[in-house]
Amino acid sequence: MSGAAGQRASVPGGLARDAAWAGAALVLLLVLPLVFPSKVLLDYIIRVAAFGIFATSLNMLVGFGGMVSFGHGMFFGGGAYAFGLLMQKAGVSIPVAFVGGMVYCALLALVVGAICIRLKETFFSFLTLAFQMLLHSIIISWVGLTGGDQGLMGGIPRPPFLGINLANQLHLYSFACVLLVASLLLMRHILQTPFGYTLRMVRDNPDRARFLGIDIARIRLTAFVMAGCFGGVGGILMSLFVSGAYPEFAYWSTSGEAVFMIMMGGIHLFLGPIVGAAVFMALNDVITKFTEYHGLALGITVLVFALVFRRGLTDFVAQLRGAARAKP
Amino acid sequence: MLRVENLSKSFGGVAAMSDVTLDFPAGSLTAVIGPNGAGKTTFFNLISGAIRPDSGKVLLEGRDVAGLPATQVVGLGIGRAFQVAKLFTSLTVEQSLIGALQAQRHQSGHLWRRFPLPDYRGSAQEVMELLGLHTQAGVQSGNLSHGDQKLLDIALALVLKPKVLLLDEPTAGMGPEERWKMIDTVHRLWTLGGLTLIFIEHDMDIVFKIAQSIRVLCYGKVLAQGSPDEIRDHPAVIEAYLGVPAESVDAHGADGSSVPSGGAR
Repeated sequence: MSGAAGQRASVPGGLARDAAWAGAALVLLLVLPLVFPSKVLLDYIIRVAAFGIFATSLNMLVGFGGMVSFGHGMFFGGGAYAFGLLMQKAGVSIPVAFVGGMVYCALLALVVGAICIRLKETFFSFLTLAFQMLLHSIIISWVGLTGGDQGLMGGIPRPPFLGINLANQLHLYSFACVLLVASLLLMRHILQTPFGYTLRMVRDNPDRARFLGIDIARIRLTAFVMAGCFGGVGGILMSLFVSGAYPEFAYWSTSGEAVFMIMMGGIHLFLGPIVGAAVFMALNDVITKFTEYHGLALGITVLVFALVFRRGLTDFVAQLRGAARAKP
Repeated sequence: MLRVENLSKSFGGVAAMSDVTLDFPAGSLTAVIGPNGAGKTTFFNLISGAIRPDSGKVLLEGRDVAGLPATQVVGLGIGRAFQVAKLFTSLTVEQSLIGALQAQRHQSGHLWRRFPLPDYRGSAQEVMELLGLHTQAGVQSGNLSHGDQKLLDIALALVLKPKVLLLDEPTAGMGPEERWKMIDTVHRLWTLGGLTLIFIEHDMDIVFKIAQSIRVLCYGKVLAQGSPDEIRDHPAVIEAYLGVPAESVDAHGADGSSVPSGGAR
Protein backbone atom coordinates (compact mmCIF):
# COMPACT_ATOMS: atom_id res chain seq x y z
CA MET A 1 0.00 0.00 0.00
CA SER A 2 2.83 2.32 0.87
CA GLY A 3 4.45 1.53 -2.46
CA ALA A 4 1.30 2.40 -4.36
CA ALA A 5 0.94 5.73 -2.60
CA GLY A 6 4.60 6.51 -3.16
CA GLN A 7 4.24 5.73 -6.83
CA ARG A 8 1.16 7.84 -7.15
CA ALA A 9 3.03 10.77 -5.71
CA SER A 10 5.81 10.32 -8.24
CA VAL A 11 3.70 10.12 -11.39
CA PRO A 12 4.72 13.09 -13.54
CA GLY A 13 2.35 14.96 -15.80
CA GLY A 14 -0.63 14.85 -13.44
CA LEU A 15 -2.01 17.87 -15.24
CA ALA A 16 -1.82 16.14 -18.61
CA ARG A 17 -3.72 13.17 -17.23
CA ASP A 18 -6.39 15.35 -15.64
CA ALA A 19 -6.69 17.35 -18.85
CA ALA A 20 -7.21 14.12 -20.79
CA TRP A 21 -10.02 13.10 -18.42
CA ALA A 22 -11.53 16.56 -18.65
CA GLY A 23 -11.37 16.48 -22.45
CA ALA A 24 -13.08 13.10 -22.54
CA ALA A 25 -15.80 14.30 -20.17
CA LEU A 26 -16.35 17.42 -22.25
CA VAL A 27 -16.72 15.41 -25.47
CA LEU A 28 -19.27 13.16 -23.76
CA LEU A 29 -21.23 16.15 -22.50
CA LEU A 30 -21.21 17.83 -25.91
CA VAL A 31 -22.33 14.65 -27.68
CA LEU A 32 -25.15 14.11 -25.19
CA PRO A 33 -27.72 16.45 -26.87
CA LEU A 34 -27.27 14.52 -30.12
CA VAL A 35 -28.23 11.28 -28.37
CA PHE A 36 -30.84 12.64 -25.93
CA PRO A 37 -32.27 15.83 -27.43
CA SER A 38 -34.27 16.61 -24.28
CA LYS A 39 -34.65 20.23 -23.24
CA VAL A 40 -35.37 19.20 -19.67
CA LEU A 41 -32.13 17.21 -19.51
CA LEU A 42 -30.06 20.07 -20.92
CA ASP A 43 -31.61 22.55 -18.49
CA TYR A 44 -30.87 20.14 -15.67
CA ILE A 45 -27.21 19.85 -16.68
CA ILE A 46 -26.82 23.62 -17.00
CA ARG A 47 -28.09 24.04 -13.44
CA VAL A 48 -25.89 21.20 -12.21
CA ALA A 49 -22.94 22.93 -13.87
CA ALA A 50 -23.68 26.24 -12.14
CA PHE A 51 -24.21 24.69 -8.73
CA GLY A 52 -21.46 22.11 -9.26
CA ILE A 53 -18.87 24.83 -9.82
CA PHE A 54 -20.28 26.69 -6.85
CA ALA A 55 -20.25 23.66 -4.51
CA THR A 56 -16.78 22.57 -5.62
CA SER A 57 -15.46 26.06 -4.92
CA LEU A 58 -16.99 25.90 -1.44
CA ASN A 59 -15.34 22.53 -0.91
CA MET A 60 -11.95 24.10 -1.62
CA LEU A 61 -12.56 25.89 1.66
CA VAL A 62 -14.48 23.25 3.61
CA GLY A 63 -12.83 20.01 2.51
CA PHE A 64 -9.33 21.12 1.66
CA GLY A 65 -8.91 24.20 3.81
CA GLY A 66 -10.91 23.22 6.87
CA MET A 67 -12.73 26.56 6.65
CA VAL A 68 -16.47 26.01 6.98
CA SER A 69 -17.95 29.08 5.33
CA PHE A 70 -21.70 29.59 5.78
CA GLY A 71 -21.66 32.62 3.56
CA HIS A 72 -20.44 31.32 0.25
CA GLY A 73 -23.70 32.39 -1.38
CA MET A 74 -22.45 35.97 -1.27
CA PHE A 75 -20.20 35.11 -4.20
CA PHE A 76 -22.95 33.29 -6.08
CA GLY A 77 -25.18 36.34 -5.72
CA GLY A 78 -22.35 38.84 -5.95
CA GLY A 79 -21.09 37.36 -9.21
CA ALA A 80 -24.58 37.22 -10.71
CA TYR A 81 -25.42 40.82 -9.82
CA ALA A 82 -22.04 42.22 -10.85
CA PHE A 83 -22.30 40.41 -14.17
CA GLY A 84 -25.92 41.40 -14.72
CA LEU A 85 -25.37 45.05 -13.86
CA LEU A 86 -22.33 45.25 -16.13
CA MET A 87 -24.41 43.81 -18.96
CA GLN A 88 -27.36 46.12 -18.27
CA LYS A 89 -25.73 49.40 -17.39
CA ALA A 90 -22.33 49.28 -19.06
CA GLY A 91 -23.44 47.47 -22.17
CA VAL A 92 -20.21 45.49 -22.41
CA SER A 93 -19.88 42.11 -24.12
CA ILE A 94 -20.49 38.90 -22.19
CA PRO A 95 -16.80 37.92 -21.81
CA VAL A 96 -15.93 41.36 -20.42
CA ALA A 97 -18.84 41.32 -17.96
CA PHE A 98 -17.89 37.74 -17.05
CA VAL A 99 -14.37 38.73 -16.10
CA GLY A 100 -15.76 41.82 -14.38
CA GLY A 101 -18.03 39.62 -12.24
CA MET A 102 -15.09 37.43 -11.26
CA VAL A 103 -12.94 40.43 -10.39
CA TYR A 104 -15.77 41.81 -8.26
CA CYS A 105 -15.99 38.49 -6.38
CA ALA A 106 -12.23 38.41 -5.90
CA LEU A 107 -12.27 41.89 -4.37
CA LEU A 108 -15.28 41.04 -2.21
CA ALA A 109 -13.53 37.87 -1.03
CA LEU A 110 -10.35 39.80 -0.34
CA VAL A 111 -12.13 42.25 1.96
CA VAL A 112 -14.42 39.73 3.67
CA GLY A 113 -11.64 37.14 3.88
CA ALA A 114 -9.15 39.57 5.39
CA ILE A 115 -11.59 40.10 8.24
CA CYS A 116 -12.81 36.51 8.67
CA ILE A 117 -9.87 34.15 8.13
CA ARG A 118 -8.12 34.91 11.40
CA LEU A 119 -11.13 33.73 13.41
CA LYS A 120 -11.55 30.28 14.87
CA GLU A 121 -13.97 27.76 13.33
CA THR A 122 -17.41 28.77 14.58
CA PHE A 123 -16.68 32.47 14.54
CA PHE A 124 -15.39 32.20 11.00
CA SER A 125 -18.56 30.40 9.93
CA PHE A 126 -20.88 32.92 11.48
CA LEU A 127 -19.02 35.99 10.38
CA THR A 128 -19.07 34.79 6.77
CA LEU A 129 -22.81 34.26 7.22
CA ALA A 130 -23.15 37.78 8.57
CA PHE A 131 -21.37 39.28 5.56
CA GLN A 132 -23.60 37.33 3.23
CA MET A 133 -26.72 38.64 4.97
CA LEU A 134 -25.30 42.13 4.70
CA LEU A 135 -24.90 41.74 0.94
CA HIS A 136 -28.41 40.29 0.74
CA SER A 137 -29.83 43.28 2.63
CA ILE A 138 -28.04 45.70 0.32
CA ILE A 139 -29.49 43.92 -2.72
CA ILE A 140 -32.99 44.01 -1.21
CA SER A 141 -32.88 47.65 -0.14
CA TRP A 142 -30.96 49.32 -2.99
CA VAL A 143 -34.02 49.07 -5.25
CA GLY A 144 -32.82 51.74 -7.69
CA LEU A 145 -29.80 49.71 -8.69
CA THR A 146 -30.78 46.10 -8.08
CA GLY A 147 -34.54 46.08 -8.47
CA GLY A 148 -34.90 44.97 -4.85
CA ASP A 149 -36.79 41.76 -4.16
CA GLN A 150 -38.01 41.61 -7.78
CA GLY A 151 -34.51 40.90 -9.03
CA LEU A 152 -32.66 42.77 -11.76
CA MET A 153 -35.32 44.72 -13.66
CA GLY A 154 -35.75 43.74 -17.28
CA GLY A 155 -33.47 40.74 -17.08
CA ILE A 156 -29.96 40.43 -18.42
CA PRO A 157 -29.35 40.91 -22.15
CA ARG A 158 -27.44 38.10 -23.82
CA PRO A 159 -25.96 39.57 -27.00
CA PRO A 160 -24.07 37.08 -29.19
CA PHE A 161 -20.27 37.13 -29.04
CA LEU A 162 -17.77 35.27 -31.21
CA GLY A 163 -20.65 33.51 -32.93
CA ILE A 164 -21.99 32.24 -29.61
CA ASN A 165 -25.59 33.09 -28.82
CA LEU A 166 -26.33 32.27 -25.20
CA ALA A 167 -30.03 32.93 -25.70
CA ASN A 168 -29.99 29.67 -27.68
CA GLN A 169 -30.35 26.71 -25.34
CA LEU A 170 -27.85 24.49 -27.16
CA HIS A 171 -25.25 27.26 -27.19
CA LEU A 172 -25.81 27.97 -23.52
CA TYR A 173 -25.58 24.26 -22.74
CA SER A 174 -22.25 23.93 -24.56
CA PHE A 175 -20.98 27.09 -22.90
CA ALA A 176 -21.99 25.73 -19.47
CA CYS A 177 -20.23 22.41 -20.15
CA VAL A 178 -17.02 24.12 -21.23
CA LEU A 179 -17.20 26.36 -18.17
CA LEU A 180 -17.84 23.42 -15.86
CA VAL A 181 -15.02 21.31 -17.19
CA ALA A 182 -12.56 24.21 -17.33
CA SER A 183 -13.42 25.37 -13.80
CA LEU A 184 -13.13 21.88 -12.36
CA LEU A 185 -9.83 21.31 -14.13
CA LEU A 186 -8.45 24.57 -12.84
CA MET A 187 -9.61 23.99 -9.27
CA ARG A 188 -8.28 20.45 -9.38
CA HIS A 189 -4.95 21.78 -10.58
CA ILE A 190 -4.79 24.41 -7.84
CA LEU A 191 -5.43 21.74 -5.22
CA GLN A 192 -2.64 19.53 -6.61
CA THR A 193 0.04 22.23 -6.59
CA PRO A 194 2.40 22.98 -3.70
CA PHE A 195 -0.17 25.61 -2.70
CA GLY A 196 -2.92 22.99 -2.56
CA TYR A 197 -0.84 20.79 -0.30
CA THR A 198 0.07 23.74 1.89
CA LEU A 199 -3.67 24.34 2.25
CA ARG A 200 -4.08 20.72 3.43
CA MET A 201 -1.21 21.23 5.89
CA VAL A 202 -2.86 24.33 7.30
CA ARG A 203 -6.10 22.37 7.62
CA ASP A 204 -4.46 19.38 9.31
CA ASN A 205 -2.29 21.25 11.78
CA PRO A 206 -2.08 25.04 11.59
CA ASP A 207 0.17 25.11 14.63
CA ARG A 208 2.82 22.93 13.05
CA ALA A 209 2.48 24.78 9.74
CA ARG A 210 3.38 27.95 11.59
CA PHE A 211 6.50 26.29 13.00
CA LEU A 212 7.55 25.44 9.47
CA GLY A 213 7.39 29.10 8.53
CA ILE A 214 4.06 28.97 6.67
CA ASP A 215 2.07 32.20 6.71
CA ILE A 216 -1.28 30.67 7.59
CA ALA A 217 -3.35 33.81 7.13
CA ARG A 218 -1.95 34.33 3.65
CA ILE A 219 -2.63 30.75 2.56
CA ARG A 220 -6.17 30.89 3.89
CA LEU A 221 -6.87 34.26 2.33
CA THR A 222 -5.54 33.11 -1.04
CA ALA A 223 -7.82 30.07 -0.90
CA PHE A 224 -10.75 32.25 0.15
CA VAL A 225 -10.25 34.62 -2.78
CA MET A 226 -9.91 31.75 -5.26
CA ALA A 227 -13.01 30.04 -3.90
CA GLY A 228 -14.88 33.36 -4.08
CA CYS A 229 -13.89 33.78 -7.72
CA PHE A 230 -15.11 30.32 -8.71
CA GLY A 231 -18.23 30.78 -6.59
CA GLY A 232 -18.86 33.85 -8.70
CA VAL A 233 -18.49 31.81 -11.90
CA GLY A 234 -21.28 29.54 -10.66
CA GLY A 235 -23.49 32.55 -9.98
CA ILE A 236 -22.77 34.13 -13.36
CA LEU A 237 -23.67 30.90 -15.15
CA MET A 238 -26.92 30.72 -13.19
CA SER A 239 -27.76 34.33 -14.08
CA LEU A 240 -27.14 33.53 -17.75
CA PHE A 241 -29.48 30.56 -17.45
CA VAL A 242 -32.36 32.45 -15.87
CA SER A 243 -31.43 35.69 -17.66
CA GLY A 244 -31.65 37.58 -14.41
CA ALA A 245 -30.34 37.87 -10.89
CA TYR A 246 -32.41 37.49 -7.74
CA PRO A 247 -31.77 38.26 -4.09
CA GLU A 248 -32.20 34.55 -3.26
CA PHE A 249 -28.86 33.96 -5.01
CA ALA A 250 -27.20 35.76 -2.12
CA TYR A 251 -29.51 34.40 0.57
CA TRP A 252 -28.28 32.00 3.23
CA SER A 253 -30.34 29.19 1.70
CA THR A 254 -28.04 29.24 -1.36
CA SER A 255 -25.04 28.69 0.89
CA GLY A 256 -27.01 26.03 2.71
CA GLU A 257 -27.79 24.18 -0.51
CA ALA A 258 -24.09 24.16 -1.41
CA VAL A 259 -23.27 22.76 2.03
CA PHE A 260 -25.97 20.06 1.47
CA MET A 261 -24.41 19.21 -1.87
CA ILE A 262 -20.92 18.73 -0.53
CA MET A 263 -22.20 16.80 2.47
CA MET A 264 -24.18 14.52 0.15
CA GLY A 265 -21.41 14.11 -2.38
CA GLY A 266 -18.52 13.89 0.04
CA ILE A 267 -15.82 16.34 0.97
CA HIS A 268 -12.74 14.15 0.68
CA LEU A 269 -12.78 13.47 -3.03
CA PHE A 270 -12.43 16.33 -5.45
CA LEU A 271 -15.46 15.26 -7.51
CA GLY A 272 -17.66 14.70 -4.45
CA PRO A 273 -19.42 18.07 -4.59
CA ILE A 274 -20.30 17.74 -8.30
CA VAL A 275 -21.88 14.36 -7.60
CA GLY A 276 -23.66 15.98 -4.68
CA ALA A 277 -24.91 18.79 -6.91
CA ALA A 278 -26.25 16.32 -9.48
CA VAL A 279 -28.03 14.26 -6.82
CA PHE A 280 -29.38 17.31 -5.02
CA MET A 281 -30.76 18.86 -8.22
CA ALA A 282 -32.32 15.59 -9.33
CA LEU A 283 -33.94 15.07 -5.93
CA ASN A 284 -35.14 18.64 -5.90
CA ASP A 285 -36.75 18.31 -9.34
CA VAL A 286 -38.38 14.96 -8.63
CA ILE A 287 -39.64 15.87 -5.20
CA THR A 288 -41.01 19.23 -6.32
CA LYS A 289 -43.03 17.41 -8.95
CA PHE A 290 -44.82 15.24 -6.40
CA THR A 291 -45.24 17.37 -3.32
CA GLU A 292 -45.23 20.94 -2.23
CA TYR A 293 -43.44 19.84 0.92
CA HIS A 294 -40.18 19.40 -0.95
CA GLY A 295 -38.26 21.13 1.83
CA LEU A 296 -39.34 18.45 4.25
CA ALA A 297 -38.43 15.63 1.88
CA LEU A 298 -35.03 17.15 1.16
CA GLY A 299 -34.40 17.61 4.85
CA ILE A 300 -35.12 13.96 5.51
CA THR A 301 -32.79 12.94 2.69
CA VAL A 302 -29.99 15.04 4.14
CA LEU A 303 -30.66 13.56 7.59
CA VAL A 304 -30.31 10.07 6.12
CA PHE A 305 -26.94 11.01 4.69
CA ALA A 306 -25.79 12.57 7.92
CA LEU A 307 -27.07 9.85 10.27
CA VAL A 308 -26.91 6.64 8.22
CA PHE A 309 -23.93 7.12 5.93
CA ARG A 310 -22.21 9.63 8.19
CA ARG A 311 -20.35 10.81 5.11
CA GLY A 312 -20.94 11.78 1.53
CA LEU A 313 -21.70 9.39 -1.34
CA THR A 314 -18.24 9.42 -2.90
CA ASP A 315 -16.56 9.00 0.48
CA PHE A 316 -18.85 6.04 1.13
CA VAL A 317 -18.07 4.41 -2.20
CA ALA A 318 -14.35 5.06 -1.76
CA GLN A 319 -14.47 3.43 1.64
CA LEU A 320 -16.34 0.38 0.29
CA ARG A 321 -13.72 0.03 -2.43
CA GLY A 322 -10.96 0.38 0.12
CA ALA A 323 -12.53 -2.32 2.30
CA ALA A 324 -12.97 -4.64 -0.69
CA ARG A 325 -9.35 -4.14 -1.67
CA ALA A 326 -8.13 -4.81 1.86
CA LYS A 327 -9.97 -8.16 2.16
CA PRO A 328 -7.99 -10.54 -0.10
CA MET B 1 25.32 29.31 19.51
CA LEU B 2 22.19 29.93 21.57
CA ARG B 3 22.13 32.13 24.62
CA VAL B 4 19.21 33.45 26.60
CA GLU B 5 19.66 36.46 28.83
CA ASN B 6 17.38 37.50 31.69
CA LEU B 7 14.41 35.84 30.04
CA SER B 8 11.14 36.44 31.88
CA LYS B 9 7.52 35.60 31.19
CA SER B 10 4.48 35.60 33.40
CA PHE B 11 0.95 34.46 32.73
CA GLY B 12 -1.64 36.51 34.58
CA GLY B 13 0.72 37.40 37.40
CA VAL B 14 2.22 33.93 37.72
CA ALA B 15 5.89 33.98 36.82
CA ALA B 16 6.46 31.05 34.46
CA MET B 17 10.01 32.13 33.73
CA SER B 18 11.93 34.65 35.73
CA ASP B 19 15.29 36.08 34.85
CA VAL B 20 16.69 32.98 33.21
CA THR B 21 20.17 33.24 31.72
CA LEU B 22 21.55 30.17 30.01
CA ASP B 23 24.17 29.36 27.43
CA PHE B 24 24.14 26.54 24.90
CA PRO B 25 27.49 26.29 23.11
CA ALA B 26 27.63 25.31 19.45
CA GLY B 27 27.51 21.55 18.93
CA SER B 28 26.44 20.79 22.49
CA LEU B 29 23.92 18.18 23.59
CA THR B 30 22.06 19.55 26.56
CA ALA B 31 19.23 18.20 28.65
CA VAL B 32 16.74 20.56 30.26
CA ILE B 33 15.20 18.93 33.29
CA GLY B 34 13.01 19.98 36.16
CA PRO B 35 9.89 18.90 38.01
CA ASN B 36 6.42 19.33 36.48
CA GLY B 37 5.57 22.97 36.02
CA ALA B 38 9.20 24.00 36.12
CA GLY B 39 8.76 25.95 32.92
CA LYS B 40 10.60 23.65 30.53
CA THR B 41 8.05 23.78 27.73
CA THR B 42 7.54 27.51 28.34
CA PHE B 43 11.27 27.86 27.87
CA PHE B 44 11.03 26.14 24.47
CA ASN B 45 7.98 28.22 23.58
CA LEU B 46 9.93 31.39 24.30
CA ILE B 47 12.96 30.35 22.26
CA SER B 48 10.97 29.11 19.27
CA GLY B 49 8.75 32.17 19.02
CA ALA B 50 5.52 30.44 20.08
CA ILE B 51 5.10 33.07 22.80
CA ARG B 52 6.71 36.44 23.36
CA PRO B 53 8.88 36.97 26.41
CA ASP B 54 7.99 39.89 28.72
CA SER B 55 11.65 40.82 28.85
CA GLY B 56 15.05 39.39 28.09
CA LYS B 57 16.94 38.28 25.04
CA VAL B 58 17.16 35.12 22.97
CA LEU B 59 20.45 35.32 21.12
CA LEU B 60 20.99 33.01 18.18
CA GLU B 61 24.60 33.42 17.09
CA GLY B 62 24.51 36.83 18.71
CA ARG B 63 21.30 37.96 17.02
CA ASP B 64 18.33 38.69 19.25
CA VAL B 65 15.32 36.71 18.05
CA ALA B 66 13.15 37.30 21.13
CA GLY B 67 9.64 38.38 20.20
CA LEU B 68 9.91 37.34 16.57
CA PRO B 69 6.99 35.17 15.40
CA ALA B 70 7.55 31.42 15.07
CA THR B 71 7.31 31.68 11.28
CA GLN B 72 10.46 33.82 11.25
CA VAL B 73 12.37 32.09 14.02
CA VAL B 74 12.29 28.80 12.14
CA GLY B 75 13.82 30.48 9.12
CA LEU B 76 16.72 31.69 11.24
CA GLY B 77 17.59 28.15 12.22
CA ILE B 78 15.71 27.07 15.35
CA GLY B 79 13.80 23.86 14.70
CA ARG B 80 11.42 22.27 17.14
CA ALA B 81 9.69 18.97 17.83
CA PHE B 82 6.79 18.66 20.22
CA GLN B 83 5.82 16.65 23.25
CA VAL B 84 2.71 15.48 21.44
CA ALA B 85 3.62 15.05 17.78
CA LYS B 86 2.07 17.77 15.62
CA LEU B 87 1.61 16.17 12.23
CA PHE B 88 -0.25 16.65 8.98
CA THR B 89 -2.33 13.54 9.47
CA SER B 90 -3.76 13.28 5.95
CA LEU B 91 -0.37 13.62 4.25
CA THR B 92 2.10 10.78 3.85
CA VAL B 93 5.49 10.89 5.55
CA GLU B 94 7.21 11.94 2.35
CA GLN B 95 4.56 14.52 1.47
CA SER B 96 4.84 16.06 4.93
CA LEU B 97 8.60 16.46 4.63
CA ILE B 98 8.37 17.89 1.13
CA GLY B 99 5.69 20.27 2.40
CA ALA B 100 8.10 21.44 5.08
CA LEU B 101 10.92 21.89 2.58
CA GLN B 102 8.83 23.88 0.12
CA ALA B 103 7.76 26.15 2.98
CA GLN B 104 11.38 26.84 3.82
CA ARG B 105 12.19 27.68 0.20
CA HIS B 106 9.18 30.01 -0.01
CA GLN B 107 7.35 27.74 -2.44
CA SER B 108 4.22 27.24 -0.31
CA GLY B 109 2.16 29.39 -2.65
CA HIS B 110 3.49 27.85 -5.84
CA LEU B 111 0.61 27.42 -8.30
CA TRP B 112 2.17 26.32 -11.53
CA ARG B 113 3.85 22.95 -11.20
CA ARG B 114 2.30 20.08 -9.32
CA PHE B 115 3.13 18.77 -5.87
CA PRO B 116 5.62 17.36 -5.06
CA LEU B 117 8.27 19.50 -6.68
CA PRO B 118 11.05 17.06 -7.62
CA ASP B 119 13.78 19.30 -6.20
CA TYR B 120 12.93 18.29 -2.64
CA ARG B 121 12.77 14.52 -2.90
CA GLY B 122 16.49 14.08 -2.21
CA SER B 123 16.48 16.03 1.05
CA ALA B 124 13.30 14.31 2.19
CA GLN B 125 14.74 10.89 1.40
CA GLU B 126 17.94 11.72 3.26
CA VAL B 127 16.11 12.64 6.46
CA MET B 128 13.78 9.63 6.20
CA GLU B 129 16.78 7.32 5.95
CA LEU B 130 18.55 9.08 8.78
CA LEU B 131 15.58 8.48 11.08
CA GLY B 132 14.63 5.08 9.69
CA LEU B 133 11.35 6.33 8.24
CA HIS B 134 12.13 5.52 4.59
CA THR B 135 10.14 2.28 4.71
CA GLN B 136 7.08 4.34 5.75
CA ALA B 137 7.48 7.03 3.08
CA GLY B 138 4.04 6.42 1.55
CA VAL B 139 2.11 5.88 4.79
CA GLN B 140 -0.31 8.56 5.97
CA SER B 141 1.09 10.30 9.03
CA GLY B 142 -2.09 9.65 10.97
CA ASN B 143 -1.66 5.89 10.48
CA LEU B 144 1.91 5.67 11.80
CA SER B 145 2.76 3.99 15.09
CA HIS B 146 3.27 6.28 18.04
CA GLY B 147 7.04 5.92 17.86
CA ASP B 148 7.14 6.70 14.15
CA GLN B 149 4.89 9.71 14.69
CA LYS B 150 7.41 11.09 17.16
CA LEU B 151 10.19 10.39 14.67
CA LEU B 152 8.30 12.19 11.91
CA ASP B 153 7.74 15.10 14.26
CA ILE B 154 11.51 15.35 14.69
CA ALA B 155 12.03 14.80 10.96
CA LEU B 156 9.78 17.78 10.18
CA ALA B 157 12.12 20.00 12.17
CA LEU B 158 15.32 18.28 11.07
CA VAL B 159 14.58 18.41 7.35
CA LEU B 160 14.94 22.20 7.47
CA LYS B 161 18.57 21.74 8.61
CA PRO B 162 18.28 23.85 11.76
CA LYS B 163 21.27 25.12 13.69
CA VAL B 164 19.50 24.54 16.99
CA LEU B 165 17.10 21.64 17.43
CA LEU B 166 14.68 21.65 20.36
CA LEU B 167 13.17 18.30 21.31
CA ASP B 168 10.36 18.40 23.84
CA GLU B 169 10.32 14.98 25.50
CA PRO B 170 11.25 12.88 22.48
CA THR B 171 10.43 9.69 24.39
CA ALA B 172 7.07 10.78 25.82
CA GLY B 173 4.50 7.99 25.85
CA MET B 174 6.88 5.30 24.62
CA GLY B 175 7.53 1.82 25.92
CA PRO B 176 11.04 0.96 27.18
CA GLU B 177 12.27 -0.56 23.95
CA GLU B 178 10.94 2.22 21.70
CA ARG B 179 12.32 4.72 24.15
CA TRP B 180 15.92 3.54 23.92
CA LYS B 181 15.66 3.28 20.17
CA MET B 182 14.56 6.92 20.08
CA ILE B 183 17.37 8.00 22.37
CA ASP B 184 19.82 6.09 20.22
CA THR B 185 18.51 8.04 17.23
CA VAL B 186 18.70 11.38 19.01
CA HIS B 187 22.26 10.67 20.08
CA ARG B 188 23.20 9.59 16.57
CA LEU B 189 21.78 12.83 15.14
CA TRP B 190 23.99 14.76 17.50
CA THR B 191 27.15 12.77 16.77
CA LEU B 192 26.71 13.55 13.06
CA GLY B 193 27.74 17.05 14.07
CA GLY B 194 26.63 20.53 13.15
CA LEU B 195 23.64 20.47 15.45
CA THR B 196 23.17 22.18 18.77
CA LEU B 197 20.67 19.89 20.41
CA ILE B 198 18.57 20.72 23.45
CA PHE B 199 16.07 18.25 24.82
CA ILE B 200 13.56 18.08 27.64
CA GLU B 201 13.40 14.71 29.34
CA HIS B 202 11.79 13.20 32.41
CA ASP B 203 13.65 9.91 32.48
CA MET B 204 16.83 10.42 34.49
CA ASP B 205 18.45 7.26 33.12
CA ILE B 206 18.24 8.78 29.65
CA VAL B 207 19.40 12.19 30.76
CA PHE B 208 22.49 10.88 32.51
CA LYS B 209 23.27 8.49 29.66
CA ILE B 210 23.46 10.91 26.77
CA ALA B 211 23.47 14.51 27.94
CA GLN B 212 26.79 16.28 27.78
CA SER B 213 25.51 18.89 30.09
CA ILE B 214 22.34 19.57 32.04
CA ARG B 215 20.27 22.62 32.93
CA VAL B 216 17.84 22.27 35.80
CA LEU B 217 14.79 24.51 35.92
CA CYS B 218 12.53 24.86 38.92
CA TYR B 219 9.57 27.24 39.20
CA GLY B 220 10.82 29.22 36.23
CA LYS B 221 14.31 29.72 37.61
CA VAL B 222 17.66 28.10 36.91
CA LEU B 223 18.29 25.80 39.82
CA ALA B 224 21.57 24.35 38.64
CA GLN B 225 23.64 23.71 35.55
CA GLY B 226 26.69 21.65 34.78
CA SER B 227 27.90 18.25 33.69
CA PRO B 228 25.86 15.14 34.56
CA ASP B 229 28.30 14.36 37.36
CA GLU B 230 27.95 17.81 38.85
CA ILE B 231 24.18 17.71 38.63
CA ARG B 232 23.96 14.25 40.14
CA ASP B 233 25.82 15.42 43.20
CA HIS B 234 24.20 18.82 43.42
CA PRO B 235 22.44 19.01 46.78
CA ALA B 236 19.77 21.48 45.67
CA VAL B 237 18.87 19.33 42.68
CA ILE B 238 18.67 16.19 44.75
CA GLU B 239 16.45 17.90 47.23
CA ALA B 240 14.18 19.85 44.91
CA TYR B 241 13.95 17.60 41.94
CA LEU B 242 15.17 14.08 42.35
CA GLY B 243 13.77 13.83 45.84
CA VAL B 244 15.94 10.80 46.62
CA PRO B 245 19.26 10.35 48.44
CA ALA B 246 22.33 10.85 46.28
CA GLU B 247 23.59 7.28 46.67
CA SER B 248 20.68 5.65 44.86
CA VAL B 249 21.16 7.72 41.73
CA ASP B 250 24.90 7.21 41.81
CA ALA B 251 24.57 3.59 40.76
CA HIS B 252 24.16 4.53 37.09
CA GLY B 253 27.29 4.98 35.06
CA ALA B 254 27.21 8.08 32.89
CA ASP B 255 30.18 9.00 30.79
CA GLY B 256 27.96 10.77 28.29
CA SER B 257 29.50 9.15 25.25
CA SER B 258 28.05 5.70 24.81
CA VAL B 259 24.43 4.84 24.28
CA PRO B 260 23.07 1.51 25.39
CA SER B 261 21.35 -0.54 22.74
CA GLY B 262 17.68 -1.52 23.04
CA GLY B 263 16.51 -2.05 26.57
CA ALA B 264 19.87 -2.26 28.31
CA ARG B 265 19.43 -0.15 31.41
